[in-house]
Amino acid sequence: MSGYWAGILSILAINIVFAYGIYLSVATGQLNLGGAGFQAVGAYAAAYLSEGFGLPVYVTIAASAAAAGIIGAVMAFPILRTRGVYLVLATFAFAEVVAGTILNSETLGGPTGMSVPDFIDWQVPVGAAVLVSLFVFYLMSTRFGLAMRAVHDDETVSDLMGVSIRATQVIAFSIGAALAGLAGGLYAHSFSFVEIQVFNALLSIYVLLYVLLGGTQTPWGPIVGAAFFTLLPEALRAFLPAAKEILAGLFGITGDISNPDESWRFVILGALTILMMAIRPEGLVTRTMIERLTLRRRRTRSETEASA
Amino acid sequence: MLLLQQIVNGVMLGSVYVTVAVAFTLTIGILNFLNFTIPTLFMLAAMGGWALSYWGIPGGLTGPLPWPLALGIGVVLATFVSLIVERFTFRMMKTKYGDSTEHAIPLVSSLGFLLVIENMVRIGYGTDAQRFKGPDVDLTLDLGGILMRLPQLLSLVVVVAIVIGLNWLLRSTRIGRGLRAIAENPDAANILGVDTGRVVPVVFMLTGVLCGVAGALFAINYGEVSPQMGEDIGTKAIAGMVVGGLGSIWGAVLGGLIVGLTEMLTIHFFGADTVQVAVWGLLLITLLIRPQGLLGHHSIGKGKL
Repeated sequence: MSGYWAGILSILAINIVFAYGIYLSVATGQLNLGGAGFQAVGAYAAAYLSEGFGLPVYVTIAASAAAAGIIGAVMAFPILRTRGVYLVLATFAFAEVVAGTILNSETLGGPTGMSVPDFIDWQVPVGAAVLVSLFVFYLMSTRFGLAMRAVHDDETVSDLMGVSIRATQVIAFSIGAALAGLAGGLYAHSFSFVEIQVFNALLSIYVLLYVLLGGTQTPWGPIVGAAFFTLLPEALRAFLPAAKEILAGLFGITGDISNPDESWRFVILGALTILMMAIRPEGLVTRTMIERLTLRRRRTRSETEASA
Repeated sequence: MLLLQQIVNGVMLGSVYVTVAVAFTLTIGILNFLNFTIPTLFMLAAMGGWALSYWGIPGGLTGPLPWPLALGIGVVLATFVSLIVERFTFRMMKTKYGDSTEHAIPLVSSLGFLLVIENMVRIGYGTDAQRFKGPDVDLTLDLGGILMRLPQLLSLVVVVAIVIGLNWLLRSTRIGRGLRAIAENPDAANILGVDTGRVVPVVFMLTGVLCGVAGALFAINYGEVSPQMGEDIGTKAIAGMVVGGLGSIWGAVLGGLIVGLTEMLTIHFFGADTVQVAVWGLLLITLLIRPQGLLGHHSIGKGKL
C-alpha cells in the first residue's frame, strides 16, 4: 500500500472516531462545537506522555481518551446547564480556552508544537475506528441508547416517562469527549507531530458538519458523513484540474493551464452543505431509510396480510 | 499615562466589536439564529472596498475607484449577500420527518456560506493581507499626551449613532414592532398580521449594513484587509455579545467595549499571547455563572436551537 493511501486511511479512521465523539452529544440533542478542544486535549496528552515519559503507545492512547473523557465529564456539568445557542457558544468557548492555554504553555511546546516519538501505521487507527463503530452501534442498541434517542426527539416526553435527561446527556457528552480525545491520541501518533494551530475553530466546524450531514438519527450517519467529506477533497484533487482542462478546451484555450486554486474544495464543501440543508436537512442517512433497507421483507409480509 | 492610552485604544477597538456584536445579537434576539456569515460579511465589505479602490470594477470597466465610493459599494455588496443568505438559510428550516435539531438548520447553512464566501474571496484575491490606502492626511489628535486618531473617534460616533438609530427603529416604527413581535413568538406574529416573509429580510439587511459599516471603518482605521480578517473580529464580537447578554442591543454595546478593553489591558499587563485565554475565559465564566449575560433577559435564546 502506498504512503498516500495509508495516510488517507489513517485520517479517515481518525475522522470517523472523532465524528462519533461529536455524534454522541448531538444524538442527545446537544450541538457540540468544541470538538477541536477535546481532540487537542487528547493529542497533547498522548504527545506529552510519549515525549516526556517514554510510555508505550497503547498507554498514551488510552491516556488520551481518559484525559479528554475526564475533562469532558467535569465540563459537562456546567456546560450542559446551558441550552440551545448558549450551549453552542459554551462548547466553542471551551475549545478556544484549551487552544489558548496550550499556546501559552511552555511544557507543551507553545506555538512551536511537539514531536511525538512513537509512530503508528494505518492499521492502528483503522482498527480503533472499527472498534469504536462497533461500540457505538452496541451503545445505541442498549436501553441507554434508547434513552438518548428519546431525549433527542422530545425532552419533555422522555422526562415524563422517567428518563433522567441530565444523566443521559452528561454521560453521552463525556463518552463523546473521550472518543474525541482518542481521535486526538491517534492523530498525534499517526502524524508524529502536534501543533495547536491544527486544532482550530474550523476543525470543530468541519466535524460538526460531518455528523449533521451524515445524519444524527442512526449510528450510520457519522461513518457516511466522515467518509464522504474525507474522501471528497481527495476525489476533487484529481477531478478539479481535469474539469478545468475540459472547460479550457471547450472555450478553445490552449497551452499551459495552471492548477485550480485549492480553496475550490472548500467552496464545494460549503455549497454542498447549503444544498443538503435545503433539500434533506435531517442528514444523508435517516432512521426511515435504514428501516426501509433492512425491514423490507417483514413489512411487505405484514402488508400482504393486512390486504388479505 | 501609557495605561490611559491603552484604555483609549481598547475603547476604539471595542467600537468595531460593538458594531459586529450588535449584528449578531439582532439575529439571535429576533430570529433565535446564530448567523455565522456575519464575520464574512464584515470581511466582504472591507475586501470589496479594497479591490475596487485598487483594481476597479472587475472586467476592466473602470480604473481604481476613489476609496470612499469603493467602501460604499463594499457595504452595498455585503447587504446584498446578506439578503442572499436569508433566502437560503432562514427560509429553509422545516424537516420532513421532525427532528429536535431542526432549529440548527439555518446555523449549519450559515457555516456553509462562511466556507463558500471566504474561499471565493481567497480564490479571487489570494490569502495575503493587503494594504488599504485610506485618507492620506495624518489625522492624529493629541489630547494632553493621549493620541487619538480622528477616524477612530469618528467611527465611535458612527457606532453610537447606529445603535441609537436601531433602538429608535425597533421601538417606534411599524417594522420595528413587527420585528419585536416575531422575536416574542413568530407564529403568533404571523397570525396577527405581521408579514414574516417581508419583515425577516429587514433583519438581514440591517445585519449586512452593520457588518459592512464595521468592515469599512476597520479598513480605514487599521489600513489592512485580508480574507481572514473576519474570523478574529467575529469570534471576539460573539464573546462581547454573550458577555453583554444575547438579544440585548445595549448589552452588545457594553460587551463589545468590555472585550476591547480586556484585550488591550491583557496585552498591556501580560503580553499578546494571553489575549485568547483572557477573552474566551471571560466568555466561558459568563456562560457558566450568568448565562443571560450582563443585560440580557432570561427568555431570549433559551429555546431549542
